[in-house]
Amino acid sequence: MKPPLFDFQRAETVDHAIALLGEHGDEARLIAGGQSLMASLNFRLSSPGLLIDITRLDDLKGLTAGADGLSLGALTCHSEILLSQDIARNAPLMTAAAPHIAHEAIRNRGTIGGSIAFADPAAEWPACALALDATIEIAGPAGIRRVPATDFFKGLYETELGPGDLVRAIHVPARPAGERHSFQELTRRHGDYAIVGLAALAVWRDGRLAMPRLAFFGVGAKPVLATAAMAELDGSAGDAAAMGRACEALTAELDPFDDLNASAETRRHLARTLLRRAVARLTWEGADA
Amino acid sequence: MPESIPVSLTVNGRRVEATIPARLTIVDFLRDHLGLTGTHVGCAHGVCGACTVRVDGAIIRGCLTLTAQLDGGTIETIEGVADSGEIADLQEAFYARNAMQCGFCTPGMLLTAASLKARGRPVSRQEIRDHISGNLCRCTGYQAIVDAIDTVVNTDGVNADSDGGRR
Amino acid sequence: MTPPDSASVRAPIGEPLPRPQSRRFLFGRGRYVDDVAVAGVAHVVYVRSPFAAADITGIDVAAAKAAPGVIAVVTGSEIAEWHDPWVATITNLPGQKSPPQHALALDRVRFQGEPVVAVVAESRAEAEDAAELVEVDYAPLEAVVDMETALDPATRVVSPELGDNLFWRMDIDPPGVSEAFARSTTVVEETFHIGRQTLAPLEPRGIVADYDPAEQRLTLTFATQVPHIMRYVFAKHLRLDEHRVRVVCPDVGGAFGLKIHTYGDEVATAILSMMLKRPLKFIADRLESFVSDVHCRDHRVKARLGLDAEGRITALEIDDLTAIGPFSVYPRSSGIEALLVCTFTGSPYHLPAFKAAGKVVFTNKNVMCQLRGVGMPIACSVGEGIIDKAARAAGIDPLDFRRRNLIPDDAYPYTTASGMPFESLSQQAALEKLAALMDYDGLRREQAELREQGVYRGIGLACFVEGTAPSPAIYGEGGAPISAQDTCTVRLEPSGALTCLVGVSEQGQGAEAVIAQVTAAAIGVAHTDIRVLMGDTDATPYGGGTWASRATAIAGEAARKAGVRLRANILGLAGQLLQARGETLDIRAGTIVDAATGEARMTLRELGHAIHFRTTEFAPDTHPEIAVTEQFSVRSRMFLYTNGAMGCHVEVDPETGFVTVLKVWCVEDCGTVVNPMLLDDQIRGGIVQGIGNTLYEELVYDGEGQLQNGSFIDYLLPMAGEMPDIEVAHIETPTAESGLGAKGAGEAGIIGAPGAVLNAINDALAPLGASVSRQPYTPERILAALGKVPSRD
Repeated sequence: MKPPLFDFQRAETVDHAIALLGEHGDEARLIAGGQSLMASLNFRLSSPGLLIDITRLDDLKGLTAGADGLSLGALTCHSEILLSQDIARNAPLMTAAAPHIAHEAIRNRGTIGGSIAFADPAAEWPACALALDATIEIAGPAGIRRVPATDFFKGLYETELGPGDLVRAIHVPARPAGERHSFQELTRRHGDYAIVGLAALAVWRDGRLAMPRLAFFGVGAKPVLATAAMAELDGSAGDAAAMGRACEALTAELDPFDDLNASAETRRHLARTLLRRAVARLTWEGADA
Repeated sequence: MPESIPVSLTVNGRRVEATIPARLTIVDFLRDHLGLTGTHVGCAHGVCGACTVRVDGAIIRGCLTLTAQLDGGTIETIEGVADSGEIADLQEAFYARNAMQCGFCTPGMLLTAASLKARGRPVSRQEIRDHISGNLCRCTGYQAIVDAIDTVVNTDGVNADSDGGRR
Repeated sequence: MTPPDSASVRAPIGEPLPRPQSRRFLFGRGRYVDDVAVAGVAHVVYVRSPFAAADITGIDVAAAKAAPGVIAVVTGSEIAEWHDPWVATITNLPGQKSPPQHALALDRVRFQGEPVVAVVAESRAEAEDAAELVEVDYAPLEAVVDMETALDPATRVVSPELGDNLFWRMDIDPPGVSEAFARSTTVVEETFHIGRQTLAPLEPRGIVADYDPAEQRLTLTFATQVPHIMRYVFAKHLRLDEHRVRVVCPDVGGAFGLKIHTYGDEVATAILSMMLKRPLKFIADRLESFVSDVHCRDHRVKARLGLDAEGRITALEIDDLTAIGPFSVYPRSSGIEALLVCTFTGSPYHLPAFKAAGKVVFTNKNVMCQLRGVGMPIACSVGEGIIDKAARAAGIDPLDFRRRNLIPDDAYPYTTASGMPFESLSQQAALEKLAALMDYDGLRREQAELREQGVYRGIGLACFVEGTAPSPAIYGEGGAPISAQDTCTVRLEPSGALTCLVGVSEQGQGAEAVIAQVTAAAIGVAHTDIRVLMGDTDATPYGGGTWASRATAIAGEAARKAGVRLRANILGLAGQLLQARGETLDIRAGTIVDAATGEARMTLRELGHAIHFRTTEFAPDTHPEIAVTEQFSVRSRMFLYTNGAMGCHVEVDPETGFVTVLKVWCVEDCGTVVNPMLLDDQIRGGIVQGIGNTLYEELVYDGEGQLQNGSFIDYLLPMAGEMPDIEVAHIETPTAESGLGAKGAGEAGIIGAPGAVLNAINDALAPLGASVSRQPYTPERILAALGKVPSRD
């Protein structure tokens, strides 16, 4: 299990990386932390002609917190997110999600930009980006553009990234006052990809849920913002009747797949279970606001 | 567009200059080029943790990291941290508790344990278990390893378990 | 019962000493086969069949031969000229048949992963590059994948020359069983499915073959458990004299029975070294490990159990079906797992009537053979599972049920209904000790309280019997070149230190440390004064190697006997110099002392110097014998049988089907305990493997015989985060077969754990009216049992 032959070049700037992508087309792949790509290279499941190393691009680094939210450079690694006080204050959903990503040795190298760009349907960051209504900043041949996460994920490993594009940063808008979060995933073992996961946010005020955001992962070709279930819960008390409607809506809007771990039916069942548990947490009177 | 990449690394405190194939992972570089065979390959797809080494102070998977990406970096292996005395307390605890059988996972396990110790605070047994859950051991059933790490990380003899129980 | 030899079974036997040999692992200085530096070594990679069943219609190696770094590209027919194929049948399990197997496939492939073409290159990466260029044309055949239909007349015969797909069948069918069922007041039935597994040692298989054409000697540096067996196998089939083959075991990174078998890729590597006159290295990567390492389990067992009105077992009947792939595995054959299922199921209990049938069939999946536990984990799961079902049906608590039905501790010697002659077991004592250790009654109270709160915890018990330390009856008498004896040579060095050479080998169990402790006790020195050498057929005595929990029981006894005799020789020699009778002297902490007063008379170093350098100090006719060799094997029964009882506490989440194993307890009786720390962790390691088998591990093949989850990403092994703490305790009933009194213990954990986990899960599910019987007990299977999702089985 040695990777196939390829060439290697370190990108000096973002423009350099984009130029190399333009020059080599489909033959070229970007590599940052490489925690997914290297496994597929070792398996010889992919054989790019050229790897473009983007880990030295200062433009893709840095984490800033301001009044309008958080900005995470694409090269921010999972461990930095886990330990960041700025993130714990401004997007605690991400702090809750980070320990679920594999293990420390992988979190030290894997990046949020890589996770977003790879768009594994069972991964944590794409779902968090959906739940948080984040914006993905893309650098490409035509310059820089920002795409809402709700538009970014298009299909199985398919995103808004076109030829010559790379993820530059992830922007998370400031959270509404009183927002609570619940991050859950069902894995057979700590650190595995989720069979089903749910990144959930809502404001809990005066006994009502407001602005709920439910992003499921592991339930389809891409992370799913469960808008129908969200609509059922918005303004409700999260009571049994509302939960019943939300679960019904959720069942209809999910289109999961079968794999060795779980059938589509099992995934729907587990997704409903996670939804109930998330709402119980979001509406728990003992919870911290 | 070279297939052969010049790199300059510091490995266990020693400066290493080499021209390496682009596809060479750091674990293969350490083992095959430098003869540092204490770092092992158990799966080559990032699951088992036998290839754990430190890059710039942080543990990583040696099988999922290209040497070419580490130019200018500082690499530490089991041989380095053992010979420097840095992990002597962990080694002694692993020895006394027989926290290894075949020994194949041990170098990776020790480096992973050292990163927990570096946090410098008491931890529960479950935290120890979760922390090493990226390192596969097929022999011990883990308990001896957890015991050994417990005695080192929780040096005052009290861990963070609410019941205060050690085992 | 004969007590152990008290003069030689003393400290440090029984002490929890760390292994001195483990230090090298802590410094990254272990040396595994892939670490061994050999000048001029080249690397071998195998092109493997992508099909489960196909005819090979053409092979084109031209492009591969032209690739950079390539030394040779060799097909199966070229390799075949250098060796004789092997057939793995043993005559004491009559009726077996299996096709001849070559190192590489010739004109037909019979499982996905079967090696077809060898590529030799200067580096592993270049060999892999070239392997991608080898063109093999296959004409796919219908793959036989379902063992349930393998014997149907409509099913293709995997190896047509055999006539059908039956490898072997066995029956235990005494009269009176149906009458016993007819007299029963309760009869329960269950079908158990035990999924296909492998044991995946962390170090993959590997070999460095170095043929010296000048001396015509083949040296194999080999990750194997059985150096002498492998020397025989390679010599015989490569047509070499046995003394021209040397097998050296470096450190071996775990084995669990996986590294005792004959693998075509390893044989081909040796042949290629002879062809090319170069040292060659083959290290299996993890993906090829999954499709070429032997698999195990994959049994379907139907069980039926009858009870009388008092809750006593009246009869047990089992029907076992398993499939072993297209070949019986050499040299042990692949029938032992079914044999042990059919003989060990229900064996802790008094069974007035017992019937068993086993069928072993061929399929087009990877080969299966003996791995750690060999059938006994299945026997335990089936026996304990059906017993809990019966207890539930009869309204009897499972602990109470076992109390009523275990073979009483005063009933030994006892021969089971399946014919196993138990020497002396402690089943009742083990169960009572377990119940106290786990606070069974307290757990039951807690369980009832928590159920009120909607928390579903389960308590599972499993009693088990383990066959350890086999006699020649199981393999050697069946014609397999597998030695049941082991031999130990102990010698006194001039320095006063001792060197101990044994035939068993080390894969981390601690055999090296145990042999040192036993020898130290026999002689009267510290265990650190003994250097143990193993795993080199040029140096160490002939022995069977390490498997079937035999190292301590067999090689330990050989070491004890050698130590006792060497001690007597040392005392006699010292007596000459000290003008004392040997019997008045003793060896304590490495010094020869006056036995009565303890006064130091002479160090072993002083004696060693006198023996080696000043022999004239002894009587003229004295020629000191300071290297003593002794041998031991088990004779009077097929195994040294051991027993134990295990308890498991789980919590089942009925909404997700997830199982959390909260705690496991084990009480085990392997006779004399040599090193309790190493022993306890052998058992813990086995228990965790057993939990993995039970909750996670299943090799899944599709209808075309393609493995669906052959990587560590998809084939889930237990990691630390989900595993419980495990308490281990012992009862010591020494065997009278040996002076040491030790029986084996290496497989106890993996044998008992699956049954204990199964029963704990079903105990948790019982109030919900659900149960599972298809291993692994995955969340989806549990949800399906609860009626929450459709079953896919």
